[in-house]
Amino acid sequence: MPLGIAPPPERRRLGADYDTAWARRYPARLARAAIVEGVMRPVMAVVADPTRAGVDRLDGLDGPAVFAANHHSHADTPLLMTSIPEPWRHQLVVAAAADYFFASRAGSALSALAIGAVPVERTRVSRDSGDRIAELIGEGWSLLIYPEGGRSPDGWGQEFRGGAAYLAIRCGVPVVPVHVAGTGRILRKGRNLPRRAKTTVTFGTPLAPHSDENARAFNERLEAAVTGLADETATDWWEARRRTRDGSSPNLTGPAGGAWRRAWALGDRDGRTRRRRRRWPEL
Amino acid sequence: MTNGRHPAPRPGFVLDVDRNTPPILFHHGPGFRLEKLPAGRSRVIYPAEPLEGLPDPEAAIRHALLNPLGDSAPLPALLRPGMKLTIAFDDISLPLPPMRRPDIRQRVIEAVLDLAADAGVDDVHLIAALAIHRRMTEDELRHAVGDRVYDAFAPKGLLYNLDAEDPDGMVILGETPHGEDVHFCRRAAESDLVVYVNINLVSMDGGHKSTATGLAGYTGLRHHHNVHTLRNSKSLMDRKNSALHASNWRMGSVIRDAGVKIFQIETTVNNDTFGREGPLALLQKREWEWTGRDRAQFLAMRAGLDVLPSNTRRKIFDTWQAPYQMTSVQAGEVEAVHEVTTDNVYAQQLVPVEGQTDVLTMGLPYICPYNVNSIMNPILVMCLGLGYFFNLYRGRPLVREGGVLVMSHPTPWEFHPVHHPSYIDFFEQVLADTTDPVEIERRYEKQFAEDEWYIHLYRTSYAYHGVHPFYMWYWGSHALEHLGRVIIVGGDPAAVRRLGFQPASTLSDALEMASDVVGPQPTITHMKNPPLLMADVT
Repeated sequence: MPLGIAPPPERRRLGADYDTAWARRYPARLARAAIVEGVMRPVMAVVADPTRAGVDRLDGLDGPAVFAANHHSHADTPLLMTSIPEPWRHQLVVAAAADYFFASRAGSALSALAIGAVPVERTRVSRDSGDRIAELIGEGWSLLIYPEGGRSPDGWGQEFRGGAAYLAIRCGVPVVPVHVAGTGRILRKGRNLPRRAKTTVTFGTPLAPHSDENARAFNERLEAAVTGLADETATDWWEARRRTRDGSSPNLTGPAGGAWRRAWALGDRDGRTRRRRRRWPEL
Repeated sequence: MTNGRHPAPRPGFVLDVDRNTPPILFHHGPGFRLEKLPAGRSRVIYPAEPLEGLPDPEAAIRHALLNPLGDSAPLPALLRPGMKLTIAFDDISLPLPPMRRPDIRQRVIEAVLDLAADAGVDDVHLIAALAIHRRMTEDELRHAVGDRVYDAFAPKGLLYNLDAEDPDGMVILGETPHGEDVHFCRRAAESDLVVYVNINLVSMDGGHKSTATGLAGYTGLRHHHNVHTLRNSKSLMDRKNSALHASNWRMGSVIRDAGVKIFQIETTVNNDTFGREGPLALLQKREWEWTGRDRAQFLAMRAGLDVLPSNTRRKIFDTWQAPYQMTSVQAGEVEAVHEVTTDNVYAQQLVPVEGQTDVLTMGLPYICPYNVNSIMNPILVMCLGLGYFFNLYRGRPLVREGGVLVMSHPTPWEFHPVHHPSYIDFFEQVLADTTDPVEIERRYEKQFAEDEWYIHLYRTSYAYHGVHPFYMWYWGSHALEHLGRVIIVGGDPAAVRRLGFQPASTLSDALEMASDVVGPQPTITHMKNPPLLMADVT
């Protein structure tokens, strides 16, 4: 190539540019259905022992939707993929961090095939991810997204980013708030080996954006809904409903303050401590 | 014309049977029979096809709560912090068969509680208004009100079955001008507001009957659940001509005058009992519209059922949950609400019929209001046929006075020992002595109603009250007085005779036996029910 001509930039094939279209063709969908039903479901049944609540709230839901859940663990996705009911379960894409799940060719292929992942930029501002997902929703695909943008670093939730609300408004589809409890014990951030724990997936009433509502306001409503579901899981529906009315629902993000105070307030909810009970001292 | 989801439902109608009419499907308990009716003198009344359900039930419920009928403020205006709120709801006897989740009661109760939470109401009790029916189990309550409501209230003792024999839990609110005691649940009486959540499956349900009967015990019920009242209820399903309802309406006035504020929420369902698709869909198709696949499916189903023991057959049917859809919801003042509800029930069920018949035939299904998850014993067979189906008329009974009723049901000599203990004694002792309702009422009712053991079982187990079988028998007393003979096809002969009826092996035999009463070549009308229909006889 003559020296005076700048070489064209090398086409990126990973990260946000990874093409996942092949994973939505029928052979791949069939394989994914087999993975979900044949692998994830039995594994989740053993490892997560899930209780699924609020599925009846999806009774009147028609067409594609955005499922927006809090995020504690890598176990969240298989748990949700086996919990989201038909007809959404097998026409579902999962918004996955482009910098994490699509960093290598093998990892990208596995993520796209096994969980129907589509890459989303979380480290830089880009319209491409949103456009791509909006197109998929337009084609009838539902989206599972974690508005917190990543797994909880300390067992508490993180503030919701506006992606789910923005996509719902842009595509004119409802958002189903979902709360997942207990997966932090199975495989919290920083751990490599899962352990067994009881989990609860609670689906909330689908939220539709109001006609004059912007993404910021809708996102606040969505976060409040997931907060209410967390309270419902911890107490009961009526208590949670009354606290929502009072504005006194326990915050998903936990108390402000130093790390130790947040960890202290968490109690044993993340299962970091494993109590060993010995009946007799080891000699 | 279509509504976008299903073809426009066709109304019910009367088919005149001719030589080309195919055999007609008769329900026969947990099974079926195909019967050829005599051409030229028989007719079949078909129910209307299911009306379309409300497209957005939650929105409709909310609209009803905010826009009440009659002299009532919107529900949010009736709720305030510090108040006592009681939500009473229909029990396991409605709807039939139980509907698929989410049950209408769950939808309505959650909507009411949403508003109560917004208003800051803390003191809330939920009561299954079962009067003297058996208590609902945890599973049944969960099905009716949903897991969210159950988990929030039941563990704290705030969601429970009415105990109409609890001396501290019941109160007499007063007396009607006819001298009827108004017996009422104390918690409801002492509440600032009672919200009643109803499912109106037939036009008999709802109105003041919801609270005056549902939240009462024997002390109050005996004033309208008696032979005199029920013989003068013509029919039970026609509120304005029903002495039973007149009594309940009088009691409703006393309840209102005692200061009990009731906010009534009534709902209606379509008659999509067996589904438009699925294994039982053919049961609500008209026989000449059966496809080859339907015929094959029917034959396979019947052959399969025939080889199964009755217990297994019953369990299979007990798993069926109807895909009912809500067709209307209205709320507010009891009487104004009930007028609209009744019109909506009639819109689905009423079928115009000209003239009475000599012989009325009906196939009785596997379920009635009192054997959900239980056994349909002979007394309940009598009650379903003579009490419920016979009374599904407006104007005049379908069968002429002195005519014959032919029912098809296996009528096994079987009882559920937990649910129906007093039925066993009623069948063995009382019916062995007499089948005359007046005599039964006079000689035996009080003894059974006040029996300590039956009361104990009602309060602590899952038994119907000791007096309940009497009410079943009285329920059919109008029919017993009206009819010349009752014949049961395919029933256990001993059980049928104990009921005072005649057994027949086949429909032909039954019609032959009927001609002894009504003469040769009688006119025959078959009431094809369920899905439910009500005959408007002129």
